[in-house]
Amino acid sequence: MTSCTTTVQRLQGIDLRVSRKGRGQSMLVLHGGGGPLLGYPFADRLGERFELIEPIHPGFAGTPIPDHFDGLEDLVYLYLDLMDALELEQTIVLGNSLGGWLAAEIAVRTTARIAKLILVDAVGVKVGGREERDIVDVFATSQRELDRLMWHDPALAPDTSKFTDEQLKVVAGNRVALSLYGWDPYLHNPKLCHRLHRIKVPTLFIWGASDRLVTPAYGRSYCGMIPGARMTVVERAGHLPHVEQPDAFVATVVSFAECRRRP
Amino acid sequence: MKTWFFTEDAYPYLPDPAEYESIRVNLPNRHYDPVKGADLYHMYLDMWLAAESHGLEIMVNEHHQTATCVVPAAPLLLAILARQSKTARLLILGNPIANRNQPVRVAEEMAMIDVISRGRLECGFVRSVPWEASAANVTAFRGANRMWEAHDLILKAWTTRDGPFNFEGRYYHHRQVNIWPRPFQQPHPPIWVTIGSAISAVPVAERDYVGAVFLAGYMNVRKIFDGYRAAYLKRHGRPAHPDRLAYAALVYVAETEAKAREGAEKNLWYMRSNKVTPHHSNPPGYHAPDVAVNFMKGADSVVPRNPSLQDQMARGNVFAGTPDQVYEQIKTLYEYAGGFGHLIMMGQAGFLTMGETLRSMELYAREVVPRLKELIARHDHNHMQELRTATPDRQLTELGSFGLEFTR
Repeated sequence: MTSCTTTVQRLQGIDLRVSRKGRGQSMLVLHGGGGPLLGYPFADRLGERFELIEPIHPGFAGTPIPDHFDGLEDLVYLYLDLMDALELEQTIVLGNSLGGWLAAEIAVRTTARIAKLILVDAVGVKVGGREERDIVDVFATSQRELDRLMWHDPALAPDTSKFTDEQLKVVAGNRVALSLYGWDPYLHNPKLCHRLHRIKVPTLFIWGASDRLVTPAYGRSYCGMIPGARMTVVERAGHLPHVEQPDAFVATVVSFAECRRRP
Repeated sequence: MKTWFFTEDAYPYLPDPAEYESIRVNLPNRHYDPVKGADLYHMYLDMWLAAESHGLEIMVNEHHQTATCVVPAAPLLLAILARQSKTARLLILGNPIANRNQPVRVAEEMAMIDVISRGRLECGFVRSVPWEASAANVTAFRGANRMWEAHDLILKAWTTRDGPFNFEGRYYHHRQVNIWPRPFQQPHPPIWVTIGSAISAVPVAERDYVGAVFLAGYMNVRKIFDGYRAAYLKRHGRPAHPDRLAYAALVYVAETEAKAREGAEKNLWYMRSNKVTPHHSNPPGYHAPDVAVNFMKGADSVVPRNPSLQDQMARGNVFAGTPDQVYEQIKTLYEYAGGFGHLIMMGQAGFLTMGETLRSMELYAREVVPRLKELIARHDHNHMQELRTATPDRQLTELGSFGLEFTR
């Protein structure tokens, strides 16, 4: 396993925790509501070719929520500052779920430091009618049902009944942070669809074929809002294709990263 | 001691609980028959008016998307009572202001009720229970902060005589505030806030508001009231009068102990009906982390599903018996708690009929109230402290987070 280092970056009065793994072209990894991703095997594989940089969204993994934070936009500007502070150039930004939304919001503001964008089972836009539930209401759904909707193979879902109280506290904190960033409007920004045309860098959507939290159909509509973007569906995977199908996921990411022309 | 008659205005005609997941939030309203509902509203309004005729005060509350309390707009009920009652104080406990996006509208509603009732409003503010997050579509995170900021805006709206004024706060913005009418009572109606822990009692005590506990019982009442009294003394330099504290319990009085227990058993519907889901009981940001962890480990509610009458009486959540017995039960808890000036009497729940409710109410008003008035007239701070010290903390089996987090 590739070693992971964690540093603290002071930005906007916030002690932002940033984890790193691997060497090579920089890749900013933006995690979703489940928390940090660098501990999963896919990150070891990607670390062989990329320097993965993963900021921990304040509120996740036991970190505090800053007093002035009200929603996702606060994270967007924190990470624009982070990319400046780290002087990132030609970075690939990869975001899953909430992190995919975040990646898109950053990119519509500026892609000056971004080479390519990868959105994995991302939320962030409203594609259906006002009475259609595009994204399952995770705050009104039992954990058991969420496991069923999120995983191709629900047996792979973490068994929280074996968690210690400290681990459960972290999970509870992640849920609070997710609610801060996405309670209302629910896990999307109604304005984003009017801004996605600004993204001019090559963009790839990766979607788990069995994701029923946010379906591949949602992904295809989202993909259609970014000029030139394309989508790859990963079979036998749900909301976290990087966890359920790491081989296929890594191969897809590497091939997209190496592609010189627009996909 | 003042007694406030209270019913949650439940709709009890439900299918077998095995047939639904939760009585709150997601029980489809096809199970609500508006014809029966109309009869219930009229019955409950008649109960409150009967309470007034027996010299009791009136309390109403508000919940949403639930059969346990079909009052999604307590100000509407209170507006009816403001017109139909004549003498009773009218307590709303309370306005869930952290979940309402327009505090100024709440200030207007309350001012109207105060004027219509010619100054009989007692205005409660609550952070509200966890199940309200989905119903209101408002996150529970920072709910207490929002509640206090909304309170500041409401208070300023009530007391400003030379408006409009400007308010651009952390959570609420309103640039031209100038409410008509202004309240009848000067400078504003008395304010109540529900408290569920010693810490949540501090801002209430500091502002000299009435702090009310629900389902606190022997388990929690001392630490909450002690927290209130300590903060009160520190801020105001004098002990808190017992009229600053309110205790809520289910009450049923009858001529015989057996009859009283029968009525009290029916009242326990209030707890037994509370079938809910863990995720709705634990919305993000509502509970402290250790309490949230309890829900993740399988607790489904802060209210026990299968309470026994005996146990709930031992816990001080239910007073039931003959007038003598009920007086003794209240007095014992009163002394244990260090005194309180208000008893919120949940006198009706579930299938308890109008007749059954009124018989208990009449007996309570005739036999228990005079003795409670004497009890509070004899109130002596030092004597209460001595009694308090002489009575050791009651040892009761821990019921998880029961009560502690219910209304903080």
